[in-house]
Amino acid sequence: MNRPASIPAATCRDAPILKERGQREVFCGLTGIIWLHRKMQDAFFLVVGSRTCAHLLQSAAGVMIFAEPRFGTAILEETDLAGLADANDELDREVGRLLSRRPDIKQLFLVGSCPSEVIKLDLARAAERLTQIHAPHVRVLNYSGSGIETTFTQGEDACLASMVPVLPGTEARELLLVGALPDVVEDQAVGLLSKMGIGPIRVLPAPRSAQAPGVGPNTVFACLQPFLGDTAAALERRGARMIQAPFPFGEEGTTLWLRAIADTFGVDDATFEAVTAAPRARARTAIANASEHLRGKSVFFMPDSQLEIPLARFLTRECGMEAIEIGQPFIHKGLVGPDLDLMPAGPTISEGQDVDHQLDRVRAARPDLTVCGLGLANPLEAEGLTTKWAIELVFTPVHFYDQAGDLAGLFSRPLRRRDLLKLEAAE
Amino acid sequence: MKLTVWTYEGPPHVGAMRVATAMKGLHYVLHAPQGDTYADLLFTMIERRGHRPPVSYTTFEGRDLGEDTAGLFKRACQDAYDRFQPQALIVGASCTAELIQDDPGGLAETMALPVPVIALELPSYQRKENFGTDETFYQLVKALAHPVEKTPEITANLIGPLALGFRHRDDIEEVKGLLYEMGIGINVVAPFDATPEDLTRLGAAHVNVLMYPEHAETAARHMERTLGIPFTKTVPIGVGATHDFVAEMARICGIEPKKDMSRLRQPWWSKSVDSTYLTGKRVFIFGDATHVQAAARIARDEMGFEVVGLGCYNREFARPIRALAKAFGLEALITDDYLEVEKAIEDAAPEMILGTQMERHIGKRLGIPCAVISAPVHVQDFPARYSPQMGWEGANVIFDTWIHPLVMGLEEHLLSMFREDFEFHDAAGASHHGGHAPRASQGGQPPVSEADSPRDIYETEKQDPAIADTGSDVMVWLADAERELKKIPFFVRGKARRNTEKFAAERGVTQISVDTLYEAKAHYAR
Repeated sequence: MNRPASIPAATCRDAPILKERGQREVFCGLTGIIWLHRKMQDAFFLVVGSRTCAHLLQSAAGVMIFAEPRFGTAILEETDLAGLADANDELDREVGRLLSRRPDIKQLFLVGSCPSEVIKLDLARAAERLTQIHAPHVRVLNYSGSGIETTFTQGEDACLASMVPVLPGTEARELLLVGALPDVVEDQAVGLLSKMGIGPIRVLPAPRSAQAPGVGPNTVFACLQPFLGDTAAALERRGARMIQAPFPFGEEGTTLWLRAIADTFGVDDATFEAVTAAPRARARTAIANASEHLRGKSVFFMPDSQLEIPLARFLTRECGMEAIEIGQPFIHKGLVGPDLDLMPAGPTISEGQDVDHQLDRVRAARPDLTVCGLGLANPLEAEGLTTKWAIELVFTPVHFYDQAGDLAGLFSRPLRRRDLLKLEAAE
Repeated sequence: MKLTVWTYEGPPHVGAMRVATAMKGLHYVLHAPQGDTYADLLFTMIERRGHRPPVSYTTFEGRDLGEDTAGLFKRACQDAYDRFQPQALIVGASCTAELIQDDPGGLAETMALPVPVIALELPSYQRKENFGTDETFYQLVKALAHPVEKTPEITANLIGPLALGFRHRDDIEEVKGLLYEMGIGINVVAPFDATPEDLTRLGAAHVNVLMYPEHAETAARHMERTLGIPFTKTVPIGVGATHDFVAEMARICGIEPKKDMSRLRQPWWSKSVDSTYLTGKRVFIFGDATHVQAAARIARDEMGFEVVGLGCYNREFARPIRALAKAFGLEALITDDYLEVEKAIEDAAPEMILGTQMERHIGKRLGIPCAVISAPVHVQDFPARYSPQMGWEGANVIFDTWIHPLVMGLEEHLLSMFREDFEFHDAAGASHHGGHAPRASQGGQPPVSEADSPRDIYETEKQDPAIADTGSDVMVWLADAERELKKIPFFVRGKARRNTEKFAAERGVTQISVDTLYEAKAHYAR
């Protein structure tokens, strides 16, 4: 075990971090396209990469999004590698062809990949060039989703950050919610905040480019996801101010998140109480039911979605679980600090990964539940461990009060299933 | 540069992984950036393997690029050897690592590891997954298989089955059964479940059964040349092909073509009167060359279908598929662009598709039933039950699988007879398919409900109007004709509409009446 022998720190924020480098079993940032392209309905994501990138997008979620998806891969071929000038011409041609076939596209993201970065294909210049060619109908932006620069959910961060510089300016005092969430959850958040009298509320990313929010010195923003560090920094550069809070998972997280925003907007306690009392009570009931199988159980987080620290906070504080190790691909205390503050020191906090070493720790600890990626889940199950796929946490509505019970349910289902199945002889 | 939405094949290093994962005691050290590890889930999720693929990725990052990626590779190699103690290592680069030119083979050679290290050169920007499987297996055989004494009894190697293959697991059992009936023993099955040590014994066999040419033909030719082992050219998928395979084996081995057909039911199932409705069903066949070749013969000779289009996505086999198409009076479709396949299917307007998971989706969009006959695979292609494609049982399985998506003969008549019945109407579809039952309203539901797994959350995605358009923009259907068209059963309605429009267009008719509809019907009547 790598747990420090004596811990002077009181909370996880001050606990020493186990930093590891080695084989990482995580997706690259391209994966974010799978949910981003559903959220932004007039955007197309064009990965400039290899067959591997196309294969990843097709396989990552184990789905085929068959209505012609609003993403694709411009696959680099031998000739593109020979001369970059040609590669740029080829890219212009493919983009022209795509846009003429899809006149509904208003925003095009050129998404950099490992190969495009290694050959130093300048997609920022390409985006500028293509914006000029296709203006005013289409705006072309670029960001990197490459594995050498980004991990999994960082792709969304890179995408949103690329949009910030071109958002219109505004002097209005507005609340901006940042992060791509399922509509149902986003509507709940906006509903709760509106009932407190907070508004106008804008969302990044907007479902359509025409509805893009403005940003300026009077903008205050709150992140909906704990992996949006670059986007937050970009917004701050535009003069906006971030509201820091634990992330809105579970009853407690949601309440603290809403509270921080309410305080910023001067909402009085009575109003806050009136708006949140009923959904809070609902959330508590739902969590109590769903967490019955979680109480007293141990959990081990492999690094994956960057949601690990806030989710560990939820599971330990609201569902009665004990965290053994909480791994994240990288730790940005400016974002997850408030969540770390709420957890007493104890669990190993690890950053980065050396997957074989980490699996040794999993096997030694034999946690009741291991949260991990799809590549590791069945192998661990075959060793008799119970697992929860991390990717489901990114795709499923899990934020805010009315999903708190579902969130607990996602973790308890594998444990319940294990109890349910009777696959041996009755004797 | 080529814009790709869906691909039939992954990159060649995924092919190498399919060989490595199928084997035991082999480890693959892959120089690759973070993210390429996604490929593990193909094996653990789609194939439900209870172990990680035996692959170590160097997972280099941006900051490593200016530094020592070669050192990183060597460390990963040493760690992999120390931890997994494989009998042999294969080393190579993914697409990104190919660009940084670290030469994994050369680096590994300098390390003097005490086991064979086989370097793979898989050009990611030119070739694809099936090249990767074939080349990897060939390199392994070339490095490990040397002349050895033949087994005293007649034995065969089964070569080609590997991880993520379409029913490879069960095909092995079926072929073993066929050989057992003939008194032929099994020397080595490879790559499936073989160790590098097993590969050194390949030369002891008298014949190679080349089960899947796309994965093992180069190795088969190499063994023919260097070890003097002949290999089979017939793939035993279908009743006729299985008979031919047994005859070919008997000829090669100089023995009697003994067969036990007691479990073969297909011929009677196909001859029985209830199968009459299969006659002349128009089918479109697309997939990998091996399965397409087999399916075309079964469709025509063993089911009584009419093959109206065929093709394959693996260009390496363009020549035999073109020849096959010619023999069927068709032009082969050789492409890995699914939009082209979709267009060809739409134009051919078949009554059924025999294809891959991609064509299953195309069929879903066009309202054409589809049976899956080939990789690329989906989790559904790994059934718990025994479900081979090869041999006698394979012929039975194929019969069942292909007729399942169809509406059966009498039901077909009843559906059109009572098409106005509130329950038993044509939009309800075949009675044995849950999928056609009226959908519950999805309004107001969260985009992902609890019951949905990530795998199918997008499956119910609505069609994109931009491409759902059938193209009848200048033609006008008069109200009467439109009503009449609706009386035609749904599974032939699309064809009737297209035929009528084609008929009208050829005659310069722009308004389609009931008469036009029936004139077209008479014109196209077979």
